[in-house]
Amino acid sequence: MSQSSFTERNLPVLFPLPAVIFIALLMVFPVLYTLFLSFTNWNLTSGMPAKIVGFDSYLRVLTEPRFLDAVARTFYFTVFAVIIEVVLGVTIALILNRAFVGKSIAKLLLLLPLVATPVAVGIVFNLFYDPTIGLANFVLSSLGLPQGHWISSDSTVIPSLILVDVWQWTPMITLIVLAGLASLSDEPVEAARVDGASEWQILRYVTIPMVMPVILTAMILRLIDALKTFDIIFAMTGGGPGYASETLNIMGFKYSFEYFRMGQSAVVLVALFLIVFMCSLAIMKARASAEN
Amino acid sequence: MNKKILSNVLFYIAVVLIALVVLFPFLWMLSSSFKTQVDIISWPPKLFFEPTLANYRKVFEEQDFLKYFINSTIVGGFAVALSLLLGLPAAYSIARFAQKKLAVFILLARLMPGISFLMPWYIIFSRLDLMDSYVALVLSHMLIALPIVVWIMSSYFEAIPRELEESAMVDGATRQHAFLAIILPLSGPGIITATTLSFIFSWNNFMFSQVLSMEKTKTLPIAVYNFLSYAEVDWGGVMAAAVAIMAPAIALTMIFQKYVVKGLTMGAVKG
Repeated sequence: MSQSSFTERNLPVLFPLPAVIFIALLMVFPVLYTLFLSFTNWNLTSGMPAKIVGFDSYLRVLTEPRFLDAVARTFYFTVFAVIIEVVLGVTIALILNRAFVGKSIAKLLLLLPLVATPVAVGIVFNLFYDPTIGLANFVLSSLGLPQGHWISSDSTVIPSLILVDVWQWTPMITLIVLAGLASLSDEPVEAARVDGASEWQILRYVTIPMVMPVILTAMILRLIDALKTFDIIFAMTGGGPGYASETLNIMGFKYSFEYFRMGQSAVVLVALFLIVFMCSLAIMKARASAEN
Repeated sequence: MNKKILSNVLFYIAVVLIALVVLFPFLWMLSSSFKTQVDIISWPPKLFFEPTLANYRKVFEEQDFLKYFINSTIVGGFAVALSLLLGLPAAYSIARFAQKKLAVFILLARLMPGISFLMPWYIIFSRLDLMDSYVALVLSHMLIALPIVVWIMSSYFEAIPRELEESAMVDGATRQHAFLAIILPLSGPGIITATTLSFIFSWNNFMFSQVLSMEKTKTLPIAVYNFLSYAEVDWGGVMAAAVAIMAPAIALTMIFQKYVVKGLTMGAVKG
């Protein structure tokens, strides 16, 4: 080991270096460029070069009702989707957390929504929600209920999209929590049972607190992705009707690639990034305190 | 005793209900893909009908889906291979030298909204004349695959006992040689997990290709989406296209079920 080569001595730098250079070029530089653009009024269609305007684009975008609505909608979608997914996902995991015939098939089925192409999922649900030929309204009318407008009305479009997200991502929470439950030791549960605790008490005071860190981690992963949801919304509604389902990600996409207002789009992207970042940080704090 | 039977019955009813809800959209998609337009728009929805392959014929003959299949495979294949090339040594270094900050730096790519680099990429790739090129698509999909590879492989390497390389190094092998000759051959399961997951996520990616690809390099998700926009009422064709795009990802998942579950859950469970 005494005359180790240059390569070996510098392995901690050399091994990660290609990956770091790649991330720097493809992520860090573009993000800094986005940050720079947010201080310009650049519009690709105008043919004029980018001009630095300080916080003008921020003022323009942040005071625009369309932007504020998109922020509210992003939270509306995310909060309800994640809460429903976590509650349902944890419940299903607790139900399935026992040995039973067909458990491995059940786990395989739970994997399928996670790997299904979101754009295609959106399209399938478009047919499901179709007001005249869709199954959703058929079910409602068979039950004697009034027919719904689903994704074609302002008030029901977000809940309809949440339902798709819940279908696709609840299984992820279930699988993560199931794996977490499997990794717990049996001793605390046995001890509580010996002490005469009821099944409900064991669940409430032993099992759930023990898997809490896992639940919160699953929640972080879901939250990050829910805030950024793009594919199903873009494929199903394109942000419509009107702007009724336009979240920040969709708005950023339209500003960039439909209107080519790069300066203002950059502001939207900076806002989206900050929201994702702050929310992840908040839950990680919660997770750290749950572990103590 | 009766109470036990009852609770078992309730349990299996719950399992079947969960399975039905999960499966339903897939079954509906599959059955619609074999229906004629008349059967699809008939009301009430038909459970029994005469199946037709016309929708699949349309998708593969008129729409040239084979080409998009190949494009998706090329982009995913190269993105995953190159991500393994960059990611494996980085993951090893993170695991062995406890480079927490480096791990966070690479995983930031997973946290950041894709669109915050997509917009600058669009500008940069246009300037470099790389729009609608495999290079641009592979690079963009590498940003999906690389964090997955690093995330999965760094915890995998951590679980391999250090003594394995150290005893080889005592015998005079360099660390890089020990990594290649001892650690990598032991990492098959981890590499399968990372490869399967990152390929599926690349396969399913819509946003990057929607902006960076045009006719030449168009990938499947874009083709499926376009199919919807100009064939708005041809539901049978659209459903056949949806089946075509999901089938490979589902097949991979079935083959590598154990690995996929592990990859999706490991980080969260380990903490």
